[in-house]
Amino acid sequence: MKRIITLTVMNRPGVLNRITNLFSKRNYNIESISVGYSEQEGISRITCVVHVDNDGVLEQITKQLNKQIDVIKVMDITEQSIVARELALIKVVSNSSTRNEIYSLIQPFRASVIDVSKDSLVIQLTGESDKVEAFIELIKPYGIKELARTGTTAFLRGTQKPSQAIKPYSIV
Amino acid sequence: MLQETAFTKMKAENEPISGAELMLEALKKEQVEVIFGYPGGAVLPIYDKLYDSKILHILPRHEQGGIHAAEGYSRVTGKPGVVIATSGPGATNIITGLADAMMDSLPLVVFTGQVATGVIGTDAFQEADILGITTPITKYNYQVRSIEDIPRIVKEAFYVATSGRPGPVLIDIPKDIAAGIANVPEEQEIVLPGYQPTVQPNYLQIRKLTEAVSRAKKPVILAGAGILFAEGYEELKQYAEQQNLPVVHTLLGLGGFPAEHPLFAGLAGMHGCYTANMALYECDLLINIGARFDDRLTGNLQHFAPNATVAHIDIDPAEIGKNVQTQIPVVADAKEALKQLIAQEGKPPVHQEWLDTLNAWKKEYPYFYKEDGRLKPQKVMEMLYEKTKGEAIVVTDVGQHQMWAAQYYKFSKANRWVTSGGLGTMGFGLPASIGAQLASPDSIVLSISGDGGFQMCTQELAVIREQNLPVKIIILNNSSLGMVRQWQEIFYESRFSHSKFSGQPDFVKLADAYGIKGYVIEDVAQAETIFNEVLTNNEPVLLDIRIDPDENVYPMIAPGKGHHEMVGVKP
Repeated sequence: MKRIITLTVMNRPGVLNRITNLFSKRNYNIESISVGYSEQEGISRITCVVHVDNDGVLEQITKQLNKQIDVIKVMDITEQSIVARELALIKVVSNSSTRNEIYSLIQPFRASVIDVSKDSLVIQLTGESDKVEAFIELIKPYGIKELARTGTTAFLRGTQKPSQAIKPYSIV
Repeated sequence: MLQETAFTKMKAENEPISGAELMLEALKKEQVEVIFGYPGGAVLPIYDKLYDSKILHILPRHEQGGIHAAEGYSRVTGKPGVVIATSGPGATNIITGLADAMMDSLPLVVFTGQVATGVIGTDAFQEADILGITTPITKYNYQVRSIEDIPRIVKEAFYVATSGRPGPVLIDIPKDIAAGIANVPEEQEIVLPGYQPTVQPNYLQIRKLTEAVSRAKKPVILAGAGILFAEGYEELKQYAEQQNLPVVHTLLGLGGFPAEHPLFAGLAGMHGCYTANMALYECDLLINIGARFDDRLTGNLQHFAPNATVAHIDIDPAEIGKNVQTQIPVVADAKEALKQLIAQEGKPPVHQEWLDTLNAWKKEYPYFYKEDGRLKPQKVMEMLYEKTKGEAIVVTDVGQHQMWAAQYYKFSKANRWVTSGGLGTMGFGLPASIGAQLASPDSIVLSISGDGGFQMCTQELAVIREQNLPVKIIILNNSSLGMVRQWQEIFYESRFSHSKFSGQPDFVKLADAYGIKGYVIEDVAQAETIFNEVLTNNEPVLLDIRIDPDENVYPMIAPGKGHHEMVGVKP
């Protein structure tokens, strides 16, 4: 199952190395990881998307992450009310005959064209991973020259439904 | 004291001092008494300042020996062992020791030199990415980027290494940082928002455990090294007696509970005794205190304590539920948890039948060996135990001799058993005994090795002579890598692939070359005379004991088997 885990970490040298090292050392599957500054100085936020077989593995991942000295907080937010976004840049083959057709695909996805050349277009798309994947499938037949995805970044919505309490993984 | 005044004076005048001096001052503040270090280019500024320092510096003959010695020191004193190595090869030579300390949760503070900040990343002479290399095998590591940070980092490192679940912490100091001059910074507080070990147990979990104990019919305590790190041995004894609970030990926990105590059920695990392993198999309540359910202890997890409610007291929450499903988790320091358990004064379980069963097993299935005229290693261990009245510090290497020592040496006190458990590091024994003897100069230190492991760090004999350490080096010599040979015999149809030495050095002559007296022992009578002569005097000695090379360690749980499938439990 796919889980979204967010971490707040001390912005110290090597912190990203510690996290990724832990994933490979403990043999965990990671789909994406995105890192950046948070609202507090000296503290960064990391969003990981991981694949786990069962709750036991997930519990171990969160505990092992928590054990890292630079990690301040670990949350599995998958079950909660969240906003999750990913950015994709797609360079797609296009000439005068296909350009309009591609534009018509872009519209419903609220993507935008940020560069046009004689034989290609660069499309920028933001959204949840599912949306990004759906769009890529759709655009594939035209010929994707280059593709770059940032990986999911996510956090909790301001208002949480009371029923969706945090799942008690940690037994601390 | 002299130097401290000098330092205070310096501070008062706010005279700038070097990074190396700041480091040594910080070590003094942590009351470091001994450093195990090896100089080299990148740590020359530090060594220049050490020249004037009063801290005892031990120079091993290989960095690996240095870090194992620090581990031995740490294991016996409970204090962090301090190591210095230079950049590049110096630093990579301590990797095994770091991994070993990480596995066995030994507090170490390790300083490595690094090339100057300006050339980091250019593949400079003796450069190695030691932060990258050691991240997975240290509790934490630092590279100092500014001289003013040194006092804070050293303070933090000692705090991290010794608190919570202890472990090794590495500080990488570039040469220009050690040599550079800075004003003495104001003392900074440790700020580690991501590191707050839970020491006090949750009251509700303690209640739950107390109730489970009073209901239990077949309870057993599994005590690990967490008891030793928490210094909770008195409390363990008190609690076990209060509730009348039998206690089994992990390999590393030995000494936490007195071996001659009627409630002691023995060593559990792959080569543990029948009683301890069957107690784990049959129990209905398993109280794990400070052990991590290592695979060598549990055997096949499918058959591990199949009918038990599992309670697990550990300061590291990540260990709880990692290998064994736990119904009563208690995240706490072992000592604090035991104190609270004692304070509950819960109703002791009604389980006389269970205690009778354990006692019957103890009588029926003791450790045994056949006496056939050849010198048996088990006999040697029994003699060592008797001759030292069970009060020696026993340091071992890894292999058959380690298991025999664990089986036959009955520890009545804590912190007298130094061994490499989790990582199983051959070569650990001899250097670790140096640290152990320095930590406890008045104790008899038995450094027990096989002839294989002994040859992995032989060069440290020089340190034993140089420092006049009366270490009793005991080599159980079977001219082979005994444990490998045993496995090949049992699991690989006696195809002894590269496990038997075709040639061996003359260990007595080797000892002699280092100025240490040596003896060959070939039978019990010889052992008797020589043990009487050398074990209690104040000189180092090497005993090359020629044991029966075909002797195997039993009982045994084969890999993949459960506790109830032990073999070799009866003659």
